[in-house]
Amino acid sequence: MYAYDELDRTIINERVDEFRDQVKRRLSGELTEDEFKMLRLQNGVYLQLHAYMLRVAIPYGTLSSAQLRQLAHVARRYDRGYGHFTTRQNIQYNWIKLAELPDALADLAEVGIHAMQTSGNNTRNVTSDQWAGVAPGEIEDPRIWSELLRQYTTLHPEFSFLPRKFKFAITASAHDRAAIKIHDIGLRLHKNAEGETGFEVLVGGGLGRTPFIAKTIKPFVHGHDLLSYVEAILRVYNQYGRRDNIYKARIKILVHELGIEKFAQEVEQEWLQMRDSALTLDDAVIEDIRSRFTYPAYQRLPHMPEELKKAAHDPHFEAWRKNSVALHKVQGYAIVTLSLKPVGGPPGDATADQMDAIADLADKYSFGEIRVGHEQNLALPHVARRDLPALWKALDKLGLATPNVNLVSDIIACPGLDYCSLANARSIPIAQELTRRFANHATADLIGRLHINISGCINACGHHHVGHIGILGVEKNGEEFYQITIGGRADENAELGTLIGPAVPYADVADVVEDIVEAYLALRARPDELFIDTVKRLGVEPFRERVYATR
Amino acid sequence: MPLVKNGKIITDSFVNVADDAEIPADGAILISAARFMGDPEALSRRAGRTGVIWPNNRDVDEIVPYLDRVAVIALIFPTFRDGRAYSQARLLRERHGYRGELRATGQVLRDQFLFMLRAGFDAFEVKKPGDAEAFASTVKRYSVFYQPTGDGRITALHQRMLLRHSESASQ
Repeated sequence: MYAYDELDRTIINERVDEFRDQVKRRLSGELTEDEFKMLRLQNGVYLQLHAYMLRVAIPYGTLSSAQLRQLAHVARRYDRGYGHFTTRQNIQYNWIKLAELPDALADLAEVGIHAMQTSGNNTRNVTSDQWAGVAPGEIEDPRIWSELLRQYTTLHPEFSFLPRKFKFAITASAHDRAAIKIHDIGLRLHKNAEGETGFEVLVGGGLGRTPFIAKTIKPFVHGHDLLSYVEAILRVYNQYGRRDNIYKARIKILVHELGIEKFAQEVEQEWLQMRDSALTLDDAVIEDIRSRFTYPAYQRLPHMPEELKKAAHDPHFEAWRKNSVALHKVQGYAIVTLSLKPVGGPPGDATADQMDAIADLADKYSFGEIRVGHEQNLALPHVARRDLPALWKALDKLGLATPNVNLVSDIIACPGLDYCSLANARSIPIAQELTRRFANHATADLIGRLHINISGCINACGHHHVGHIGILGVEKNGEEFYQITIGGRADENAELGTLIGPAVPYADVADVVEDIVEAYLALRARPDELFIDTVKRLGVEPFRERVYATR
Repeated sequence: MPLVKNGKIITDSFVNVADDAEIPADGAILISAARFMGDPEALSRRAGRTGVIWPNNRDVDEIVPYLDRVAVIALIFPTFRDGRAYSQARLLRERHGYRGELRATGQVLRDQFLFMLRAGFDAFEVKKPGDAEAFASTVKRYSVFYQPTGDGRITALHQRMLLRHSESASQ
């Protein structure tokens, strides 16, 4: 865990006071709605279909049990008893009253949580691998750098009014769980030939109506130079990014229009003039941040304790263990994913009671720590393997042990037309129907790893472009239609999916997905050839045929 | 529109001179960048003080040779949501060492005062009288800063290091 000190807490409290004053001036009419809009967005407050929505940041996806309890408290006290975890390590509350927002933020500030820059045209919450610090084979804990970036990007005096929103993601593992290639800046920690730690810097990734996979702008930037290099990119973007058209304002368009080589030259030129500046991170400063991340005092424990051997006879436990439990860097421990995708439920939602119960389980089994992943699931990062059977029983009681992690019903979805004023179509009911279609665990297990991503509009909050199966809601003559893509992925081999054919009506979506999955089962070369690999090998055509032959 | 400088509302001694109006021989004036760059040598050496209104899409490098001869550079926020002038301000102050008045103009509102101050602005043509009056209290809203800029405020990272040193010295 990272422990906020007095300075971090002061900034958060000062932001709450500032926002309280801004709300007061809005309510008194001193601020126009146009003036207030950007101010509230910069503090995570959207106006949705039914009410204000508050988006709260969970930097790099790390939460303490005390923080999770406070998120539960806010859900209960100011909202309708639940929250929605997003694809960018945020939690959203959908029913908060404007006049109560400052109090909700003050309550969150008590545990070092804030909503700064969770929307608006500024640098957003810095996201990272939800297994950071515990994944085997990691270069080092990427959260140290995430925290340095969090501080650097918070209330930046030069970059708070960029052409458009700006998102960072960091990974330190060979397998990218942070989807860095679909971010404005993606950072991959690695070591150079001299053994020094630095970053491959990628730029210009993003989804929305013009999706791009990020391109490498510099293969190695030393850790000392991270902030100055980032500042050079942001400065070039702030000055030259388009502001004439909101749909062309993201950095991906600038990179695309200039070409990555030219853009890289501009950044290099800027950077060379400032790399030796106050932004240089010397080792002592990095160590200071590193020293405030604390790690559990792990015990020496066996990999296969008696408790686990015994529980292995229970097929329900085994089904859950197989897809929810991952290898930890310390022997005898495991990383446990908590599925927020129950059959028939909206993806990523948790009730206040569930949050409180998870906080208790984290205290009991995971050294008080919880993680949030971009797949909209939670994780307990330090569970002793001997405790897995007991933890499973407890999670099962709470409805948090659906054995579908990474399977077809582990769906990523935006709130869609049920909440969002931008949406063209519903997302949640589509996801709910799909989880019912694939509720049979044996079938889901047979299908294997398959990611379905659903967005209710072209803004792509549900990351449909990078779903193995992507579903995009569009509106045609006042009716909800859905475009289906296949072959997308968000990991280290990120790719955009390919459209399989004309959009289909709401009522047909689940049938179409079933057809695609059946086609895959018939077409795969071996039982262990994943859906995504079959699509890569065969292309879209056989799937298109199958889906449209009878339609 | 009230002008705030050094935290106080002052009378603006500069007069805007339109591109088609005659430039007076003396007196403090503000002229457009296009006009200034038409004859920068002469205009920067006129008897009175000269200020230049610099658009936010024009490279500030052009005015660098004349920085020690202009009294004011007025940067523009066409709306407060357009943040290009923040970069221009920092470049002028921190890279090119401009020491004259750096004036924020356009939609200059209370909630951006501190960002502007940190970027190097020292004069503010404030849109609303109420905001101008609240200037002094508004810029004291924050006491901790994460980023190093030319305003010289100590950053949180640096502050922590000092704290560590003083702790270890007292042991």
